[in-house]
Amino acid sequence: MIQAIAFYLFATLTIFSGAVTILARNPVHSVLWLILAFFNAAGLMILIGAEFIAMLLVIVYVGAVAVLFLFVVMMLDIDFAQLRAGFIKNFPLGFALAFVLLAELVMGVGAYKAGGLALGTPDAATAPVAGLSNTAAIGALLYSRYLFLFETAGIILLVAMIGAIVLTHRQRGDVRGQKPSSQISRRPEEATINLQPEVGKGVTL
Amino acid sequence: MELLRSLQITLAEEVLSVSGLVLLLVAAWGGDKAARLISILSVAVLAVCALIAAPALCGSAMGPDVTAFAGQYRADAFAAFAKLLIYAGAGVTLIVAPAFFERVRGMRAEFPLLVLFAALGMGIMVSAGDLLALYIGLELNSLASYVLASMLRSDERSAESGLKYFVLGSLASGILLYGVSLTYGFTGTTSFEGIRLALGHGLSTGATFGVVFVLAGLAFKISAAPFHMWTPDVYEGAPTPVTTFFATAPKVAALSLLMRVSLEAFGAQPHAWQQIVIFAALLSIVIGALGAIGQNNIKRLMAYSSINNVGFMLIGLACANQPGAAAMLIYLAIYVAMSVAGFVAVLMLKDADGEPVEAISDMAGLSKTRPGLAAALAAVMFSLAGIPPLFGFWGKFVVFQAAVQANLLALAAIGIAASVIGAFYYLKVVKVLYFDEATDKVTGKSDLAHTVLLVIATLFISPLGYLLTNWLHGLAGNAAAALFHVA
Repeated sequence: MIQAIAFYLFATLTIFSGAVTILARNPVHSVLWLILAFFNAAGLMILIGAEFIAMLLVIVYVGAVAVLFLFVVMMLDIDFAQLRAGFIKNFPLGFALAFVLLAELVMGVGAYKAGGLALGTPDAATAPVAGLSNTAAIGALLYSRYLFLFETAGIILLVAMIGAIVLTHRQRGDVRGQKPSSQISRRPEEATINLQPEVGKGVTL
Repeated sequence: MELLRSLQITLAEEVLSVSGLVLLLVAAWGGDKAARLISILSVAVLAVCALIAAPALCGSAMGPDVTAFAGQYRADAFAAFAKLLIYAGAGVTLIVAPAFFERVRGMRAEFPLLVLFAALGMGIMVSAGDLLALYIGLELNSLASYVLASMLRSDERSAESGLKYFVLGSLASGILLYGVSLTYGFTGTTSFEGIRLALGHGLSTGATFGVVFVLAGLAFKISAAPFHMWTPDVYEGAPTPVTTFFATAPKVAALSLLMRVSLEAFGAQPHAWQQIVIFAALLSIVIGALGAIGQNNIKRLMAYSSINNVGFMLIGLACANQPGAAAMLIYLAIYVAMSVAGFVAVLMLKDADGEPVEAISDMAGLSKTRPGLAAALAAVMFSLAGIPPLFGFWGKFVVFQAAVQANLLALAAIGIAASVIGAFYYLKVVKVLYFDEATDKVTGKSDLAHTVLLVIATLFISPLGYLLTNWLHGLAGNAAAALFHVA
């Protein structure tokens, strides 16, 4: 009973916040609704016992992707009114795309109902271990059998980072940067002088 | 214990990655001033890794003794052969790069590091025994290559070539991944041995699609027609040392990977991929030969020449047997030497200000102003054309011999006919060098390192190279035997 209530709660909220995401007038509100949709989707994942995917949804989509969206929306000056103006014009195309997607969904479900494809049987090396949570099972494989590839994947990310820095970072001569060390090492005695000017006379600086 | 054994087998990769990380710290603190030092250290690291890999080749290592991480990694004789060529290509790039980049103040400390990490990725590619290892190695190499291609930010062509390479390379990676997932879905495993066993029972339609997509993705990486479109633009736009790199190391890695995947993973169903390879081979030979005819830029010409040569190498793969694979490896080794000689010679073509000269018409009469350089370039062109006294002929000869022995007479005949078309544009360059009115454009002085490398590579492709045939055949035979060793 409680599962059913939780499912309908999460499912309704997911669809509702998804709809509001595309209907909201303020793009920042859209992103916030999107984050709510991600959270509810994560809840759905927990209900079917895929707690690892739920965590990924929260960490990757909410923590990284949505925040990135927020940055883009807030930092770039995008004229959303103009973007929306094309909505009616492109409506037939969008409708056609939606129809194709619907047809694919129907065909996919139909193919599934008609019986599985002649897929290969997975080998036993990565068979799930009874009594171990998804996260523990994935971790056990990643850090033993796939250790070499896991570490190499880390190096790929490092190369991506080096590449991004090499291609974008440059030393510019015309920028006056902050020098924290000299700011911190400044003492009040050097920075201020105490004077007692006489009445009617100015000070020389 | 299993982990320790695996770590021992993957020693070359560990040395490369750890020294890459240490040198990254040197680069972070030393800045671009340390670039030359890091280049020298990187060459030393590559030499050490070559020494680590070499014993497997000489001792013709194969089988479970050299298999690490549950079959994902193999340090057998085949991998060692490819690795030696890869490290040589990467080392040459690092040696020729500083002189080129320092002139335009473009020598970055990260350049040698990216080459090192690319070499690491290529080492994993050729040692892969699993589709996951294949993909991870390929991506590591590709990512580093995209950055290397756009290394010269002040040069618009360099940025353009990097962007083109990135967009098309990502597309190819996507196609490859799609093939990988189809293969996994229809065979139930990602290990090459497992796929071989599963395909031994028959080939389902889904698995056929997987094979086709994997081959298409890899054909892009080796720049075989009809997936060659990026090659001339990227080769032309990328800084010349980087082009030298692209024409040698990644080509060896991707071709070796293609051999490993076709002959090992899909080896139980050679008929599924033989037609594809034959088609790609013929198309590459013809497009490479015809496309080069109208080119006036020497780097573009070399790009079409590399498409052409990849076609000839694929003939060896189309045989789908051990002599064919050995012939392909011999061709590959000779091709690396020819590319190194060709691109180092192109690097040495500079005008009085040190600006690179790339137009073929500007090289007219080079034999009068720079006889040595002209002779080396002519040797490269004759060798690429496969004209007998030079070593390039031997590579074509062994490949055609293997094709004839494997009853692929028509393929060999068309290949020989097309190589005659190809000879036309190589000879045209020689004609410009020797018989045209001198323009005196190429007057720049050459770097000592360039001259030494050019002399070594030219001696290798000269008739003196035939002294090495026995040795080369022995090594290639070892490597091919390891490839056909089915556990």
